[in-house]
Amino acid sequence: MPGLGTSFGRGGATTAQQDLANADCILIEGSSMAEAHPVGFRWVMKAKEKGATIIHVDPRFSRTSALADIWVPIRAGTDIAFLGGLVRHVLTEEKFFREYVVHYTNASCILREDFRDTEDNGDAYFSGWNEAERFYDPKTWAYEGEDNLSFPRRDLSLQHPRCVFQKLKRHFSRYTPQMVAKVCGIPPELFLQVADHLTSCSGPEKTAAICYAVGWTQHSKGVQIIRTAAILQLLLGNIGRPGGGILALRGHASIQGSTDIPTLYDILPGYLNMPSASKDEHSLGDHLKKNTKPTGLWANYPKYYISLLKAYYGARATKENDYGYDWMPKITGDHSFFEFLYDMLDGKMEGMLVMGQNPAVGAQNARLERKALARLQWLVVRDLVEVETASFWYDSPEIERGELKTEEIETEVFLFPVAGHAEKEGSFTQTQRLVQWREKAVDPPGESRSESWFMHQLAKRLIAKAHASNDPLDEPLRALDWWYPEDEHGEPKMEAVLAEINGWKISSEPAPNESIFRYGVEAQLDGFNDLKDDGSTACGCWIYSGIFPSDGKNKALARESRDYLGHGWGFAWPADRRIIYNRASAAPDGSPWSERKKLVWWDAPNESWTGYDVPDFQKDKPPNYQPNGHREGLAAQPGDAPFILHEDGLAWLHVPKGLQDGPMPTHFEALESPMHNALYPRDTNPVVDWFTRATNRFAPPNDPRFPYILTTYRLTEHHTAGGMSRFLPHLAELQPEMFVELSRELATELGIKNGDDVCVVNLRAAIGARALVSRRLRPLHFDGRIIHQVAMPFHWGSAGPLRGDVANDLMAISGEPNVTIMETKALVCNIVPGKLPRGPAYLPFLNKYASQAGPENLHPEQPAPGAPEGGKHQSGHGQHGTSE
Amino acid sequence: MIGEGIQSTNQRRHSFVEDRVEVGFFTDPTVCIGCKACEVACKEWNDVPDDGYTWTGNSYDNTGHLGASTWRHVLFVEQDQQKGKQVVGTHSLGKDGDDDPFRWIFLSDVCKHCENAGCLEACPTGSIVRTEVGSVLVQNDVCNGCGYCVVSCPFGVIDRRPEPLPDAGGAFKCTFCYDRQKSGLTPACAKVCPTESIVFGRLDDVRALARKRVETLRASGYDDAQIYDPTETSVGGIHALFLLLGEAEAYGLPPKPEIPTIYLKSSWSAAAVAALGAVLAVGAAFAFFA
Amino acid sequence: MDSPVDLFLKWPLVRQILGRKDGTGLESMSDKTRALHARIDDAKVARSICPYCGVGCGQLIYHKNGKLVSIEGDPESPISQGNLCPKGAASFQLLTHSRRELKVKYRAPRAKSWSEISLDRAMSMVADRIWESRKRTFIHEQDGVVLNRTKAIAHLGGATLDNEENYLIKKLFAGGLGMVCISNQARI
Repeated sequence: MPGLGTSFGRGGATTAQQDLANADCILIEGSSMAEAHPVGFRWVMKAKEKGATIIHVDPRFSRTSALADIWVPIRAGTDIAFLGGLVRHVLTEEKFFREYVVHYTNASCILREDFRDTEDNGDAYFSGWNEAERFYDPKTWAYEGEDNLSFPRRDLSLQHPRCVFQKLKRHFSRYTPQMVAKVCGIPPELFLQVADHLTSCSGPEKTAAICYAVGWTQHSKGVQIIRTAAILQLLLGNIGRPGGGILALRGHASIQGSTDIPTLYDILPGYLNMPSASKDEHSLGDHLKKNTKPTGLWANYPKYYISLLKAYYGARATKENDYGYDWMPKITGDHSFFEFLYDMLDGKMEGMLVMGQNPAVGAQNARLERKALARLQWLVVRDLVEVETASFWYDSPEIERGELKTEEIETEVFLFPVAGHAEKEGSFTQTQRLVQWREKAVDPPGESRSESWFMHQLAKRLIAKAHASNDPLDEPLRALDWWYPEDEHGEPKMEAVLAEINGWKISSEPAPNESIFRYGVEAQLDGFNDLKDDGSTACGCWIYSGIFPSDGKNKALARESRDYLGHGWGFAWPADRRIIYNRASAAPDGSPWSERKKLVWWDAPNESWTGYDVPDFQKDKPPNYQPNGHREGLAAQPGDAPFILHEDGLAWLHVPKGLQDGPMPTHFEALESPMHNALYPRDTNPVVDWFTRATNRFAPPNDPRFPYILTTYRLTEHHTAGGMSRFLPHLAELQPEMFVELSRELATELGIKNGDDVCVVNLRAAIGARALVSRRLRPLHFDGRIIHQVAMPFHWGSAGPLRGDVANDLMAISGEPNVTIMETKALVCNIVPGKLPRGPAYLPFLNKYASQAGPENLHPEQPAPGAPEGGKHQSGHGQHGTSE
Repeated sequence: MIGEGIQSTNQRRHSFVEDRVEVGFFTDPTVCIGCKACEVACKEWNDVPDDGYTWTGNSYDNTGHLGASTWRHVLFVEQDQQKGKQVVGTHSLGKDGDDDPFRWIFLSDVCKHCENAGCLEACPTGSIVRTEVGSVLVQNDVCNGCGYCVVSCPFGVIDRRPEPLPDAGGAFKCTFCYDRQKSGLTPACAKVCPTESIVFGRLDDVRALARKRVETLRASGYDDAQIYDPTETSVGGIHALFLLLGEAEAYGLPPKPEIPTIYLKSSWSAAAVAALGAVLAVGAAFAFFA
Repeated sequence: MDSPVDLFLKWPLVRQILGRKDGTGLESMSDKTRALHARIDDAKVARSICPYCGVGCGQLIYHKNGKLVSIEGDPESPISQGNLCPKGAASFQLLTHSRRELKVKYRAPRAKSWSEISLDRAMSMVADRIWESRKRTFIHEQDGVVLNRTKAIAHLGGATLDNEENYLIKKLFAGGLGMVCISNQARI
């Protein structure tokens, strides 16, 4: 998540779940942790047992709220206003941790004279806005002076009018408690209670932690919500310290892993950038020049990049051929899921392989997704069960309604049964960057096979075809170093792949073929510090280097936890650091901030950093170190700069580079909202990609047809699109049916009783659900106006023992500008009592309550079809990592 | 206690069966997150079938109540009153408005394994026995499905399993994972519980823990915290203690549970002798035809 | 084989009466009850991780003779300490429930039902489809810029897969085939 990445340097959670037990206060917002991450929540309960205050801010009183000390109901989609209010409170009440802020953040850095904040401009824009093309040129956001960010001019008194601190203070000055009430529906008294708890639980002796999940990310400004939380935690001095931090809670077993070692279009393993077709990246040299930073850890970009190319193309990658750089495909903009979904709809996509994902239920605007599947020539689905993505051609609402006809669907479908987690070996990377290996217990049953078996067997077939052809375009396949030893089932040995991910020194003699170590165990690298940019090392993912080192021990399989942070159990990237930026747990002089909160400190007699965690810092760099003329790499950063991924070694309150939609967060309304923006003269994030289409309409602000705010959530008893839960009797019985939660007040207004059938309708779709009427949702009051919110889970579909409508049919496709994530946590709807008409009666019903006529861009801030959309400009955020 | 890891009584190996130590559960709703892991872990270990796919509309609870195919059941209780000093929305701010107090409590219910167990005393086949650790066990290889136990349970816990489920007709309830306990393992529900709302251990220890917990809670604003441990009635104490906020009735628990067979206890031997007569006749018949 | 008389004498009720007990004690236990023990006692164990959310709970997978026996929390995990949530607790059923697919299914264009094909044939057909689609749609150069890619084949999925699998996917699909439309549930 670039929200974390641009603030701190890495996109991963800064802390470990078990460290929450050390917090004095925990703010959970954008997450129902007790429901979606129940076992992680045990550490919240441990903290509570020890006296910590637990605060839950959420539109719905959930099972998390039930266990919290304070539940704060909030209007969905207004988190920046709430957090911004806290930021303002901390600044104006002087509650910030001054020494931390002065030394460890860029509060003291002087910005360029031509930088204009929203306050300077008096509108919703920063300097650099290009209205015609709908994007920001971030040039003016940088520091004064030299172009690079390595050696900023600083004013440690924080008084300079152009220092980040003063700009920040001014920027957030309008986020008053009264404004919070007006935007979020949170009374000032309640807001101040939260502010008091957070500020009194921060400082040298105390720390507060923040937990979030997709309740923050899945918004049209998700990155900026997390940015606001990062600013708050930095001002309070809570990053890199025990009981502090920001814990991003990931929703899948290896969400973090799937961006670290990505199956994403724009990045390569270790957050290296995919080659792009832009003019300044024609050669490897150009690419490296563009992406290498002069100071900090990213000065090593060429070592990481060339080592990856060596891992991909082996001996065929040479200095002469730019290590095979040309063989890599080049990107030309956004090729993420929504972009290619539209290509599918338009018949431009020939085939798709889906592995362990169920877009027919899980994708936004799922009606469109199912129709798009029907336009493919061929489709491969690999799953444990026959999910809707495999059965759309004979069993789907579109077939039922006559919108699709089985006998007209040309798509060839292959459904492959797959191995489950106990039937194959391999590693997951969980929410706190911890890589954990799974041993294989039994063989997969029948014809089910692992994804690695599938990829390996596919690779062998395709590489054989390439060798049989002399087409020069097949050269990358011929060059690919596909060396993996197999077991008796034709399954590649997974530890061989892990060995490649770890990296090795290349010698002339590869080890015998059956070994999992290509060049023998002694050639395995012990960490990313061993990587070279001369082609003498290969490494599949530099941030994982050290996971399978020259002692031959698979650290992901380590199972001897020695301490509460779990050292000795698994491998946390980078370099087994469990709480990152932990240099900040000590004062600038290297001593712990307090005895109670000590973690890593400078051991002067031994001239080394030491403590309870692996120091996230050069081990022997003294606290008083000064670069004194060193201009490159880590040597150019002083001994009191804990955020080593950033050029200046500082945490960024103001982001001088790397974000699409502004250096500081600004509150915008959700793309669909019943209210106008009370803070700025613009409702929506200007850089957002609306994916404008007639079948993907957005309601204009305050549309009387859709008066209620709709938000979605995950139930404890189910998993995402349901393929791993709805089909299991022991889970299916716990939550057997789709429902929508609404307040007593709204139910009374609409004449709905608990358990009644209702329809939830908006411009994309209408779905049926049972009404669950409860006190857990409350009408919110805004200057006499009452706004109702409804909430619903999203786990059902047409396959399996349970049948339920697909919540994602209601979601619009939209792209947050930095990561192209959709907005599913705040939108609008209507509730119509009664059963949803099925079959051919459906479309007339939808048209009655949500007319499908009119222009594609109903929202006044939505660009016309074909006009430039936001979010299309490459940000180079690859270096700022993860995720959902 | 969270954080004890393998030393937790929910995780560590024991020899309670061998040592004939009375064991107990203590279930604490003030830390329960209503996740129902206990229900699922119980079913997975004991191979209990699903109980049907019926959406109830009663909070988030769709398994309803304890029964032949639900041996742990998490109650979802919604009440219009405050929990401890919890701040829910705006009600505690002393302002007018419709945000009056609300609380949502989860409690994992289970067979109480009574000291004087109605089911056991009513069982005419000897199917229900008391184990070394004080738990009450239905032996399904012996049970003939007569159902006397069902009506004799003061808590409505035990029930016969309907067709077409596996082993239909027989009476089922929590076994206290007797098989696991014999192997030194802890019951599946306690082992799985993410917040250690369910604590397994020596009965004396869990009773002491319950008392301490009530004291702690009362001192921190939970004025209505109490232990459910009916020792003064004819059930004579239970092996599954609960912490309750407010009255027992709200959790479907009888404030003063009595076993219907209590008055018959003295005449058990007489009944047994009468039964023996019938049994001998049947046995003789078997012997004859063999 | 017990004689009917032996069987009769073993009947718990009879034993209770003969033993002059109150009918509630150990003497009433059947042979089956006496023989009870945890079915994982003599099982092998694999150390594993829960496949559901991102918490990363440790699991112990008990198996015997190539069959799964039980899946439980790993008490030594510093994160989960032996606990699981309902989904993690159901992961034995995840792998053993009756709706799991065990054979390859194939649907031809316009077909109204699935047909069965062998795994090997399916693999060859998929390799052919990828090969042909790539050949049809691969762009080496456009407007003087080398692209070396195809936008007509997509991959979706990864957050439920292993790191090693994702590594192979990206290596083959991007590095070998030149696919750029590669996506999964995660957003960086």
